[in-house]
Amino acid sequence: MPPEKLTMMANQISRFFAHLGPEHAPEEIADHLRKFWDPRMRRDIIAYVAAGGGGLDPLAAAAVARLAAETRVP
Amino acid sequence: MPLIKETDYGTPAIASEKTISLMIDGMTMEVPEGTSIMRAAALAGITVPKLCATDSLNAFGSCRLCLVEIEGRAGTPASCTTPVAPGMVVATETERLKKLRRGIMELYVSDFPRDILTAPANGNCEFHDMAGAVGLREVRYGYDGATHLNAKKDESNPYFTFDASRCIVCSRCVRACEDIQGTYALTIAGRGFASQVATGGTDFFASECVSCGACVQACPTGALIEKSVIAAGQPEHSVITTCAYCGVGCNFKAEMRGEEVVRMVPYKDGKANHGHSCVKGRFAWGYAMHRERILKPMLREKITDPWREVSWEEAIGRVASEFKRIQARYGRFSVGGITSSRCTNEETYLVQQLVRAGFGNNNVDTCARVCHSPTGYGLKATFGTSAGTQDFDSIDHADVMLVIGANPTDAHPVFASAMKRRLRAGAKLIVVDPRRIDLVRTPHVAATYHLALQPGTNVAIVNALAHVVVTENLVNEAFVRDHCEWDAFQDWASFIARPENSPEAVAKVAGVPAALIRDAARLYATGGNAAIYYGLGVTEHSQGTTTVIAIANLAMATGNIGRPGVGVNPLRGQNNVQGSCDMGSFPHELPDYRHISDPAVRRIYEDIWGVKLDAEPGLRIPNMIDAAMDGSFKGLYIQGEDIIQSDPDTQHMIAGISAMECVVVQDLFLNETANYAHIFLPGSSFLEKDGTFTNAERRVNRVRRVMRPKNGYADWEITQLIAQALGYPMHYAHPSEIMDEIARTTPSFAGISYDLLDRVGSVQWPCDANAPLGTPVMHIGGFARGRGHFMITEYVPTEEKSGPRFPLLLTTGRILSQYNVGAQTRHTENSLWHEEDRLEIHPHDAEQRGIRDGDWVKLESRSGATALRALITDRVATGVVYTTFHHPDTQANVVTTEFSDWATNCPEYKVTAVQVSRSNGPTEWQETYRQHAEQSRRVLAAE
Repeated sequence: MPPEKLTMMANQISRFFAHLGPEHAPEEIADHLRKFWDPRMRRDIIAYVAAGGGGLDPLAAAAVARLAAETRVP
Repeated sequence: MPLIKETDYGTPAIASEKTISLMIDGMTMEVPEGTSIMRAAALAGITVPKLCATDSLNAFGSCRLCLVEIEGRAGTPASCTTPVAPGMVVATETERLKKLRRGIMELYVSDFPRDILTAPANGNCEFHDMAGAVGLREVRYGYDGATHLNAKKDESNPYFTFDASRCIVCSRCVRACEDIQGTYALTIAGRGFASQVATGGTDFFASECVSCGACVQACPTGALIEKSVIAAGQPEHSVITTCAYCGVGCNFKAEMRGEEVVRMVPYKDGKANHGHSCVKGRFAWGYAMHRERILKPMLREKITDPWREVSWEEAIGRVASEFKRIQARYGRFSVGGITSSRCTNEETYLVQQLVRAGFGNNNVDTCARVCHSPTGYGLKATFGTSAGTQDFDSIDHADVMLVIGANPTDAHPVFASAMKRRLRAGAKLIVVDPRRIDLVRTPHVAATYHLALQPGTNVAIVNALAHVVVTENLVNEAFVRDHCEWDAFQDWASFIARPENSPEAVAKVAGVPAALIRDAARLYATGGNAAIYYGLGVTEHSQGTTTVIAIANLAMATGNIGRPGVGVNPLRGQNNVQGSCDMGSFPHELPDYRHISDPAVRRIYEDIWGVKLDAEPGLRIPNMIDAAMDGSFKGLYIQGEDIIQSDPDTQHMIAGISAMECVVVQDLFLNETANYAHIFLPGSSFLEKDGTFTNAERRVNRVRRVMRPKNGYADWEITQLIAQALGYPMHYAHPSEIMDEIARTTPSFAGISYDLLDRVGSVQWPCDANAPLGTPVMHIGGFARGRGHFMITEYVPTEEKSGPRFPLLLTTGRILSQYNVGAQTRHTENSLWHEEDRLEIHPHDAEQRGIRDGDWVKLESRSGATALRALITDRVATGVVYTTFHHPDTQANVVTTEFSDWATNCPEYKVTAVQVSRSNGPTEWQETYRQHAEQSRRVLAAE
């Protein structure tokens, strides 16, 4: 999936939950991505960030980091 | 089933708890106070002759045929206009009455054609019946002198004829147009002998008439009669079914001769429409018999090849072999399906089952993605249920209506008539819409406030309304404390009271004066029962879900939830949007909006379907297109949707679908998406199958087969054939069996069966042990989720902004005579009213660009350009232009962008920055597209 589109979508979601602040917003954003994004979309944005891709706002980046941690092979 | 003829009680029912005792023709009876003698008699089985009376209209008392005698009263009063009184003794048949009635009828007949054998209304004509009922045996008056027998017929309307020679000027048509439809297109012109039904100095077609058919239905003489009856003769049997157009879900009697539909007549006992209809449901059903309809399966190797007709066996076999091949090569998740909001609940249930159990993934989505998916998210998050809160009849108890981003007179016409009736009775109206929709000012209806906001500022405006409620102490604190999460409310109230949400701040971004916002908020909060009705003008934005949540917040804060007359009511666009969502058509949800990740829910279906279900959400439609572009999505089964015409950013859609290796389209016609398909499976119309539709008020209505499928199979049978060919067992013998499975597995449908629907007509879910006959009004005494949940709704301007290059904002919508992508209505005479999409532009913007009314103009955005003709009107504000998307020649979605709602990916159709300039005609892209479409629709002659 085009990373710029995924980034834009993640940032939109982030804006909605931003009022929860850095303590709670990342989990809400991550939960939204888990519930509504197909796994390949989540994989693609994780890979994009892992490859140094930018453009995610800090809360969205924190949410993607949580997803990345969940999918890491132990 | 024989021809169904509902009893006509002559005058409307009266709702009164006090009863009156009287005697009619020796029978003692009790009826509600205020009931007419005519109706009281009819309730006792006594038919008083009548012509100008019918129980859908208030009594008029003009024909004088319904005279009765009342003991102790002089004269012979009309029974339709005389209310019952205690102890009244009435005689409906006396020698004096007989003589009077014969004399009256004789006068009527003396100026009426006596073509007793050839009149089209023969066999179903109240006028003929009354001549028989009064025993008229001769007419003493000749045809010498002036008569109306040579009056000219008005045949201008494509669906009905007005033959003035058969008109007795009873005014039933005029009153139906006024009282039922609310259009006021008809009047009685002239006086005395010159009195005649008139359409405002023009013919029916050119008049204000909206062809709802109420006048035709009301006519007792056949002066107004359907052309289909003139052509086919009177029907001999009828079947009750449900309209396949908008989300109102009107019940109709399909009146038949054999397997031929003679006419569709709105059913008086239909609980959504109460005997009313619009031009689409009433008349625009001929598409099912249109010569362009495809009735045989077709295949082609490449989308550049012509189509080749094949057997069903070959076509279904190809679908299975291609999907197996694709999954073997690209993986299990490389295929998916799209369910249709035009198909039945049972059919959408089967398609999602096919995808989840047969394909082994959750790549299933539905056209609600592009309309009301934000409603599902927003109302579930706040109220606990992804549906509107009220029944349509709730409008009769509303004191204030807040209509946001909806255009009911065009998109939900039958409900709009109910709204207009309530408004004429004194309810107040607030309209929030960039355009001056008809409801803002229509005969005898005027909005108290019209907030003509800038497209894209819904959240700001609804927040500002709530700001006034909170800061002016208009919150219904008792309701909030009793029914909602108090902490969440306090957080929300603090947020909403911030200065940036004040009307004064919002006025600057929304372009609505602050005082107007304040007045509207005060009316909503203090005007009595306040009901919100909204449409796609709310949902089709990048903040569509946020606006739905903001609306829910506003209703909760003012306590306008949980009783008749209030509520939050999404007006669903297509006939079964609600049902297709209920049936698990979204990739993340199984039926009843239960998330796919819930193992307990998955187990319910795994046990029945006999397969392990994937626990991850699948792709939504726009994600499917993106995945096709990146090569991970290769096969798509589309039932009854035209995504190339309906979805945004057409060129991106075409690129995506062209990248797939197997696209299967199941539809009535070779639609725009079929131009990029490899397999075409001919679909069946709503007349050819059994099933159910669920309308915007959660009402589950029966669809009944009135003829065999012209293509050979109902749509549910085709899905089942595909499943079987894939090796997944699916063996339902009848849609009732599918509904039984839905009821077993879906809590809110637990009590629903075809047997129940046949007995009671329709029910609104939830229908279960607690509500065996359904739930007209939800959240009474508490919310479905327990306590109502307030959520913070920060206004975030859309990324789509006007600027020097694209200085105008385009918003799109519908028109009365057309429906959605036009696949159905463009194959009917409805196109006479709307032959092409037009661009509405304000006179100021037109003048700046040198554009005259009717000129070809180029409409361009950063996504693409199209050309269409201009309609100059101040219905739109300066800086805003508007068009419809009914015609593929325009392909308005070539202009719309990829922006979408943050939560659901519902496209932002309602805000596109554009430039408009004069043009010589269609763009090069349109010409290329048209040529491609023509090439793509070639069908090889059968060998």
